Amino acid sequence: MNVQTFTPREFHRQAHEALASPQIRANFRKAMDGLMIKRRDVFGDWDLEALRELGANIRLRALAKLPDLLEQLEANCEANGIRVHWAEDGEQACRVIRELCEARNARSVIKGKSMVSEEMHLNAHLEAAGIEALESDLGEYLVQLNEQTPSHIIMPAIHLNTDEISGILHDKTGLERTRDVDIMTAAARAQLRERFMAADVGVSGVNFAVAETGTLCLVENEGNGRMTTTVPPVHIAVTGIEKVVEQLRDVPPLYALLTRSATGQHVTTYFNMISSPRQEEEHDGPKEVHLVLVDNGRSRIYQDNELLDTLRCIRCGACMNHCPVYTRVGGHTYGTTYPGPIGSILSPHLMGLEETQDLPTASSLCGACGEVCPVKIPIPDLLVRLRKESVGEGRGNVPGAGVKRTRKEVAAWKGFQWLATHPAAWRSGVAVAGKLRALMPTRLGPWTDYRTAPRPAGTSLHALVKQHQAKKPAREESQ
Amino acid sequence: MSVRDAILKRLRERADGALVAPESDFAVVTNRGWSRGERLERFERLLTSVHGEVVHASRDGWTTALAKVLVDKGVRRLTLGRKHPVAVEAREALVGGEVELVDADRDIETWQRELFETVEAGLTSTRGAIAETGSLWLWPTPDEPRLVSLVVPLHIAVLDAEAVEDTLFDVIERHGWATGMPTNALLISGPSKTADIEQTLAYGVHGPRELVVLVRHAEETI
Amino acid sequence: MTPVKLYPTKPDKVYFYGTCLVDMFFPEAGLDGIRLLEREGIEVLFPEDQTCCGQPAYTSGYHDEARAVAAAQLDLFPKPWPIVVPSGSCGGMMRTHYPSLFAGTEHEARAEELAGRVFELTEFLVHVCHLKLEDRGHLEKVAMHTSCSARREMGLAETGPALLAKLGQVELVEQARAAECCGFGGTFAVRHPEVSAAMVEDKACAIEAAGTARFVTSDCGCLMNIAGRLEHQQKTVKGEHIASYLWRRTS
Repeated sequence: MNVQTFTPREFHRQAHEALASPQIRANFRKAMDGLMIKRRDVFGDWDLEALRELGANIRLRALAKLPDLLEQLEANCEANGIRVHWAEDGEQACRVIRELCEARNARSVIKGKSMVSEEMHLNAHLEAAGIEALESDLGEYLVQLNEQTPSHIIMPAIHLNTDEISGILHDKTGLERTRDVDIMTAAARAQLRERFMAADVGVSGVNFAVAETGTLCLVENEGNGRMTTTVPPVHIAVTGIEKVVEQLRDVPPLYALLTRSATGQHVTTYFNMISSPRQEEEHDGPKEVHLVLVDNGRSRIYQDNELLDTLRCIRCGACMNHCPVYTRVGGHTYGTTYPGPIGSILSPHLMGLEETQDLPTASSLCGACGEVCPVKIPIPDLLVRLRKESVGEGRGNVPGAGVKRTRKEVAAWKGFQWLATHPAAWRSGVAVAGKLRALMPTRLGPWTDYRTAPRPAGTSLHALVKQHQAKKPAREESQ
Repeated sequence: MSVRDAILKRLRERADGALVAPESDFAVVTNRGWSRGERLERFERLLTSVHGEVVHASRDGWTTALAKVLVDKGVRRLTLGRKHPVAVEAREALVGGEVELVDADRDIETWQRELFETVEAGLTSTRGAIAETGSLWLWPTPDEPRLVSLVVPLHIAVLDAEAVEDTLFDVIERHGWATGMPTNALLISGPSKTADIEQTLAYGVHGPRELVVLVRHAEETI
Repeated sequence: MTPVKLYPTKPDKVYFYGTCLVDMFFPEAGLDGIRLLEREGIEVLFPEDQTCCGQPAYTSGYHDEARAVAAAQLDLFPKPWPIVVPSGSCGGMMRTHYPSLFAGTEHEARAEELAGRVFELTEFLVHVCHLKLEDRGHLEKVAMHTSCSARREMGLAETGPALLAKLGQVELVEQARAAECCGFGGTFAVRHPEVSAAMVEDKACAIEAAGTARFVTSDCGCLMNIAGRLEHQQKTVKGEHIASYLWRRTS
């Protein structure tokens, strides 16, 4: 398969290519502008700060009780007839799912949208075992047809415009080229209906897993999530261990925050709460429901008081919608399952800092992400923390810590430290720079490819203040 | 040690020590204080804003409204239950008419393709609705299985006007959901939709293209 | 969100922390800030040993070095006077990050105390000085770029525009996506020059499209970035620090 591959190691090259593509620039700008406006409007009649405070608080409470809640979730799911499986990493989770499929002689898996399944590369794993895995969320379906990965966690095909999608449906499914979105949607509906009926297993993600009742909550608009979890005889839900919440009453605030933050909707079309497989007297629904709880680095993030906040995330995507960097370069540039600000604070834990070292720096720390985060994750602070880990001045709690520490850069910062802690030398340095301003280079690397070089002023503020004070009548020394 | 125990052990023996769980104040998701009229108005406004349709009818005459919807939408095959009073009344009113009534309370394995390909509409009751978001809540039953509200192009849901409550939080609390969740609990807020093709809304991508809510009023004034 | 700050009454004296960018590249902006304060009858103390708040090292992850630099600044403000900073970015560093940077160290209490009396210049002029301005300039349109640190870290989206609104002859023009970052971000502009360039290009275009020949900002990093871009493109739009603009029009 000619899969278009992106890797975080190539962030700079991928950014360069994305920035050079008017199509990508325009597609993202238009989409992100629209999403920002919709989010702002939909929160209009809410006390947003109180709601965010509650959302953060619910997630923190769940994390504070995480091991107990996971045990409670497991016990209640099992009591309800949902089989619970645990996986250390993506590979193990893939194997659990593959073995469940193989034991049931399943050849065809239909999938609802699940970012964890992307994180663990489930489709490739199943296909290598001869099991077809087909995405059913329209955006995921289009991206899969186009042999790509999602470029946004909520809107996987946001990088494609109508003409490009028409071309994909034409090339891959034979649909006549059209700009009519209803025709394209109807064609996908018809194509996927057959696959739902034929599927042996449905695989979905989980938005919230409720410990109190053993309930799996799925949020969606299309109905493919309901189809995936209702039509095939077996439903396998897969989720990160951090997705658990304590009580059913914790769900409404998080759901309210999720839909509004993600797409600016008051509510999604469907909120699907699954608490058991089909009962004896019932006529539809899967006869088996499985829940796969995946760690994949999360319990390591959990150890550190500061990094812990990463696990509050409810995967709304608002941070990417509001990120000026994501808006410019698009999701694929990051080369990770989770792009944008949340990806830059999560991916280093999943893939290590060596692989992802350009992601924590790919932010101007403008704070837009933290400002909109529905559960108040201090994303800019976490970006700084990961920069600190990268250069070996953190606590070493992230894989690959210290990978960016170079003698040259350390020397530069030590030099800065020396100068800034020796005020007389600092003043002389600034004064000398001012005197030599005519000799300063007009080209300063990449800065001057796009801007004129800043010129040191002839007289520093220190010197100006001295002159200014000399002009005034002497005052009593008051320091 | 099992994978499960290893994960739980790491979480329990947290390096930075045990965490303190904060208390939660849920005031922001409850106590709306809307009147019955405000609730109904808000429910209708929000549901119709996402392409849902609302038809008002009296408690006694609602099946006439249902028959009209079926004629207007050109429905010839309708699936519905047999036991719920909504299904019983609908059957009484529609039997012998133009619309073929298809029993929904059958194992799906016996009629999956028929349901997917030949049934044009599904009729269900609802447990209630949520004013804040324009949502219906349904707990599918053996009589009204899950796919009746999902696979058909048109979903007709019957709602009693007095069953509209303020918020999801209120519904969960007042009806004691936590003490007994059904196999599947659903909120439905409009027809199936997608914006995955360049942010353009399209309806009926997987589920129903149309949702009609028949709101039954106890008063005769409607 | 920045908690609501309770502002003191106008003091007799303040410390002025000029910041390294102002010291080296935009000293007039610093001096104009001092003049604005002095005109309000406040004695301005300029600790001579001030250098840099340490933010460049801090945001680059070099916290040991940042802490050493910041520790040297902690000694500069012995009396309880407010510390006025003509930059949201350096002000944000001192107010928001000093406490966490020094948490668990011998300087913790001092850093907390200092953070509590750091004010960004426009914030101080609006909320503490309740500044009144007599505009002597001609009729003019101006755009304002509030830095992300001022806007989000310090919660000061309104103070710059509030000062401009006091100038009778000046019309503040709307620009597209005013709250979006200009792409400076300190070392970000160096580490990710192309992305930064795309951002400043959009910002420069938005300011130009707002129909003004002049923009002001309360942060010299943004100023250097946006004005540098406009100059590079040989545009006629000129930028300056809001302190200089206010002083020029009212003196």
